[in-house]
Amino acid sequence: MTLVAFTTEDLAHGSKRVLKRLSLTVSPGERIVLLGRSGVGKSTLLNAIYDRMTASGLRVALVPQDTALVPQLSVLRNALIGRLDDQSWLRNLMAWVRPGRGQRAEVQEILSQLDLAGLIDRPVEVLSGGQKQRAALARAIYRGGTVLLADEPVSAVDETQARRLMGLLHTRFQTSVVALHDVDLARAYGTRLIGLRDGGVLFDAGPEAISDLQIQRLYSDV
Amino acid sequence: MSRPLGRLQVALLFLGLACAALPFADLGWGRTDPAAALLRMMGQAVSPNFAAIEAIGSTLASTIAFAVAGVAFGAGAGFLMAPFWARRGVRIASVALRSVHELFWALVLMQVFGIAPLTGVLAIALPYAGIFAKVFAEQIEDGPKGPPRAAPPRSDALSVFLWVRFPLVRADMQSYVLYRMECALRSSAVLGFIGLPTLGFQLDTFFKQGQYAEASAILLIYIALIATLRHWLRWRAALVWLGGALIWLAALKHPPMGSGALWRFLSQDLVPAPLRKGEGLARLADWLGSLLRHEALPGLWSTLVLGQIALALTGLLAIIGFGAIVPRVVGWGRYPGHLLLVTLRSMPEYILGYLFLQLFGHSMLPAILALGLHNGAIIAHLLGREAQSLSSLHRRDAPGGVNLLLYELVPRLFARFVALCLYRWEIILRETAVLGILGVATLGFYIDSAMAELRLDRMAVLLIVTGLMTAGVDALSRHLRRRIDPAGNGPLIAASC
Repeated sequence: MTLVAFTTEDLAHGSKRVLKRLSLTVSPGERIVLLGRSGVGKSTLLNAIYDRMTASGLRVALVPQDTALVPQLSVLRNALIGRLDDQSWLRNLMAWVRPGRGQRAEVQEILSQLDLAGLIDRPVEVLSGGQKQRAALARAIYRGGTVLLADEPVSAVDETQARRLMGLLHTRFQTSVVALHDVDLARAYGTRLIGLRDGGVLFDAGPEAISDLQIQRLYSDV
Repeated sequence: MSRPLGRLQVALLFLGLACAALPFADLGWGRTDPAAALLRMMGQAVSPNFAAIEAIGSTLASTIAFAVAGVAFGAGAGFLMAPFWARRGVRIASVALRSVHELFWALVLMQVFGIAPLTGVLAIALPYAGIFAKVFAEQIEDGPKGPPRAAPPRSDALSVFLWVRFPLVRADMQSYVLYRMECALRSSAVLGFIGLPTLGFQLDTFFKQGQYAEASAILLIYIALIATLRHWLRWRAALVWLGGALIWLAALKHPPMGSGALWRFLSQDLVPAPLRKGEGLARLADWLGSLLRHEALPGLWSTLVLGQIALALTGLLAIIGFGAIVPRVVGWGRYPGHLLLVTLRSMPEYILGYLFLQLFGHSMLPAILALGLHNGAIIAHLLGREAQSLSSLHRRDAPGGVNLLLYELVPRLFARFVALCLYRWEIILRETAVLGILGVATLGFYIDSAMAELRLDRMAVLLIVTGLMTAGVDALSRHLRRRIDPAGNGPLIAASC
C-alpha cells in the first residue's frame, strides 16, 4: 500500500520545470528526508506531495518553510488554525471570539513539550525565529494526521534542540516527508534519504546505505 | 500586452487636450471688481472672529458626527461585501455605489427622507461602502499568500477569512478607515450646501450676511481639525465616537417627512414622464432623446472641457509646487510650503469653488481654480513626501535648490507624477460634475435644476449618465496607468479622495 505515487512525472515551480521524470512512492511508516542544495526542488516536491495527498483525502499536517503563521494572532490561535476543518463555522466563530477551555489545555500541553508554554497568548509577530518555528510545529502537532510534511522545520533552532524536536515529531507522526539541510540530523531521523540534484534523484536509500562521498557529490559545485 | 506608453507622451497629450479645450471654456470674469471683493473679504478674514462660537461649535460637531457615522456604516457594509468580491454582482454594486457623488446621493435621498440626519449619513455611507468594498477586497487579495495556503484544506471560507485572511490585513484596513475619515470630513462639510446642518450651511449663512470674520474663524478651526485628525481620533475610542455621533445626530431637529415618500419616489417620481402619463414608447424615445440632446450631452461636454483644463492646471501646480516642501530645495521655505499645501488639501474643492465664486462671479474660472489648487496640492504633497524618501537626496554631494529639482527629483518622480494625475483624473471629473450645483453648466447643474423643478425622472437619467462617465474614466485611467507602467506602481490609496 502506498500513500502517494509519482511515476515519471515533471514537477514545475511556477512556469519553470524543476524536477524531470520523477518517480517516487511514499509508504506508511516511512520517515523520508529530502536533501539537496537550495533551489533544487525540495519545496516543489513537498508541495506536489501535499496537493496529491490532500486531494486523495489523507489528513496531512504541513510545516511550510516560511512557517505561514498569522503574525498578528497569538500562538494559541495559530495552533487552533490547524483544525479549522474539524468543526462547523459556528464553533470556529465561537473559538475565534474566545477559544474553549479544552482547546486551550490541549494546545498548552503541546506547547510545554516545545518549550513555548509561557508564550501561549503572545502574538506570533513578537517571537524570535526559533520560537516561530516551534509555533508552526505546534500547529502541525495540534492538527495531527497520517502524514507530516515539513520544509526545514528546525533550521532556526540550535542543534540539540533540533534533535529533540525531530524526536518529538517522530513520536507524533507515523509517516513523514521532511526537507532538511543538516545531514547528521537527516541520518539520525530518516528511514530513507532522497538526494535531489539537477532536476533528478541522485540517491534514494536508507541512511546506512548512503556514503559520505554521495553526500559530497550532492552538494559539490561541479 | 501592448508596448508601454511613454510617460512624457501621455503628459503632453493631456496638456494638448487642455489647450484645445480652452477656447470652449467660459473663463471670463463674471464680476467686474474681483480685486475689490477680495480686499473686502480679506480685510475681515485676517481678523477671524470666534465670538459666534456656539454656531461654530455645533456646526463642527454635526460635521464630525455625519462623517463618523457615514464612515462607520460605509466601512461596515464594505467589509461585508469585500469577501464576496469575486462575484460579479458585488463588483457591479460597488461601481454603481461609488460612481455617484456623495452630494448627488444626498439630493436623491432628500426626496425620500427630507433634510434629515439619515439623508446625510446615507449620502456618505452609500458611496463609501462601494469604495471600502473595493479597497478591502484589494487588501485581502494583496495580503500574504502563505498562511491561507497552509490552512487545512476543506476548511469553510468564513473560518479561513476570520482566522487567517482578516488578521493579516486588519491593520491596513484600519489605517485606510482613518484615512477615509479625512475624506468624510470634507464630504460632510460639503453636504451643508444642500441644507444639512454642517460646515457648508454655516459658511453660506455667514457669507450671505457678509460675516467674513466668522467665516474665516470656522474655516480655520475646520482646517486645524483635519490636520490634527490622527491625534484626536483613535481606534481605541472608535465606539465612543460612533455612539457620540449617533446621539448627536438623533438629537438634531429636522422637518418631518410625510409617510409613503419612499414608495411615491420609487413608483411615481422616478418613472419617466411619458410612461407615467401613459403616452407610449414613442413619446418615451422623444423624451429621452431631447433630454440627452439638451441637457446630458451639453452637461457632459462642459464637464469634460472643464475637467480637462483643471487636470492640466493640477499637473502644472503639482510638478512646480512639490519642491516647496523638500528641505534641500527650499530650505526653511518648507514650513510655509507645508502650511499652504495642508490648507489647500483640507479644503474640499466645493468649498474652494464656492469661495472663488464669491470673488470672481459666475464662469468656469472659479471651478477650474478650485479643482487645480486642491488636487495640485494633494499630488504635490504626495510627491514631496516621496522625494524626501529618495536615497539620492541624502548623498553628500547631491545638488540643492532648482538643480536638484530639475536633474534629480523631476526625472525620478515623473512616472509617479503621471500615475497620480491619471488617478486624480477620475476624481476631478466627479467633482467637476458636482461643482455644477454651484452654477457652472456641468452635469451637476442640470441635475440640480431637474431636482429644483421636481422632475426626478430627468434627474435619474442625468445621474446615470454621470455615473457612466465616472466609471468610464476610471476604466480608461486604469488602462493608461497599466500601459505606462505594466509592473504597476503599487496601490495609490493615499490619493483616493
